[in-house]
Amino acid sequence: MAERTFRVWRGDKTGGQFVEYKIEIDKGMVVLDAIHRIQEQKASDLACRWNCKAGKCGSCSMEINGKPKLGCMTRMNSFKEDEVITIKPLKTFPIIKDLVTDVSWNYEQNKRIAPLKLPPRPKDGKYRMYQRDADRVQEFRKCIECYLCQNVCHVLRDQHKKDKFVGPRFMIRLASLEMHPLDTEDRIEKIKNEYGSGYCNITKCCTDVCPEHIHITDNGIIPLKERVVDRFFDPIAILLHKIFGKKKSS
Amino acid sequence: MNQTKTEAHSTKFASTNRTDLWWLEPAATGFGFLCFVVYTTWAMFQAGYYYAAPYLSPLYSPVLMVDPSAPGAAPVAHAWFGTWPPWWPKFLPPSPAMLVLFGPLAFRLTCYYYRKFYYRSYFATPPACAVTALPQNNYKGETGFLLFQNIHRYTLYIAICYIFILAYDAFRAFFNHGQFGIGVGTVILVINVLLLAHYTFGCHAYRHLMGGRLDCFSCPNGKEHLGHNLWKKITTLNENHMFWAWVSMIWVGFTDLYVRMVSMGVWHDFNTWGH
Repeated sequence: MAERTFRVWRGDKTGGQFVEYKIEIDKGMVVLDAIHRIQEQKASDLACRWNCKAGKCGSCSMEINGKPKLGCMTRMNSFKEDEVITIKPLKTFPIIKDLVTDVSWNYEQNKRIAPLKLPPRPKDGKYRMYQRDADRVQEFRKCIECYLCQNVCHVLRDQHKKDKFVGPRFMIRLASLEMHPLDTEDRIEKIKNEYGSGYCNITKCCTDVCPEHIHITDNGIIPLKERVVDRFFDPIAILLHKIFGKKKSS
Repeated sequence: MNQTKTEAHSTKFASTNRTDLWWLEPAATGFGFLCFVVYTTWAMFQAGYYYAAPYLSPLYSPVLMVDPSAPGAAPVAHAWFGTWPPWWPKFLPPSPAMLVLFGPLAFRLTCYYYRKFYYRSYFATPPACAVTALPQNNYKGETGFLLFQNIHRYTLYIAICYIFILAYDAFRAFFNHGQFGIGVGTVILVINVLLLAHYTFGCHAYRHLMGGRLDCFSCPNGKEHLGHNLWKKITTLNENHMFWAWVSMIWVGFTDLYVRMVSMGVWHDFNTWGH
């Protein structure tokens, strides 16, 4: 048992302030446990979204000492003993109350993306995928939609370009569809013109904060940018594309 | 709870609640790259001491034209187009490096890793993760002026040509006046080309062109596509692209320094040729 000090932002969309709480911390606790103890002992009206406490639901995203993290995966023993722990809601999304933000904008972006479009079934009625093809897109399917990447992306966070760029999470979704061996939908033009791949300046903060360690930039966004180059900026690739025709429907 | 209400997050430039030394990485990388740029610019304008038989500085390779009167200049036989033209403006030093450095420079400046580092270090968009970026009225990312970054794969083609040229230079460094041998300079030149090859062939654009562009690695017959094999191998290099970028860049600078010091007679090259 050791007493620790927390500065938790309390408020709503009209504003608020940091409130200091001192609570006892037990061995093995994570930040989300500490928040629950604050709710139990000091502030029963403190709002915090959470669900699985196992780093798999993506609900308890917050900014802990300035870093976007999952509260349930941030161990208390990762801080110095006398360190004051500052907890804030995500910056990129509107605050509902205390640590809870309105992330519904993300769901709207998801709806804009054309889903997987399979080709007609082969004669035996079975689609076939090999493990080597599954491996690449499997990485993208690990996403738990915590939106830490959306939160840390400066295009959304500081430049406020939500109308231009769908953000790293949905670039990863687009990559998982575009690189799917059975997909027949062509999204490249939209990736450039509507989803805003050019707004990403690949500073890799999305990769740095991803709790699932998805290589968002290297394996998702940069390959999509290269596909956009193939289609729009590389005269040789454009010529080859015209000669050999489109593999996917437009 | 009687305090004045404030916003949860500041919008002021460089504001953050991070308690770590977030500024250290952008400051260190920004300073390191600046040092390299200052050194290469200085070395480029020297227009001399870039050759110490049989070693040629990588900053001056390939030697397109030679001013034989310059101290430490390469023999005219090394130059692709002979001696320096008489019409060359007097205010510009007749430096072969001025004619060739644009290739590697363009490759590095459009490289996805370098973009990450200089957007952070020099343009503060953002300076570090979760640190407020430099405010811009109408941020365009790489859709406006920076659209030119899309030429990266063409700069890659140029960079690959340089790898072969520098490999030839390293090969020639084994022969001094036709006599086979080896010196410290030979080893430095060989390491230089190996490091540059690891950086160049781990490039994101190269990874895409060799296999990443494919949607299916097993089509049409279920057998592994050659592109998948190449993609996997390039991926192992690409995972450490930052490391190769820095090490190869520093080594290029060191290689030039070594050749320069040997050419000026400041350092002695230990070798099997006995001089």
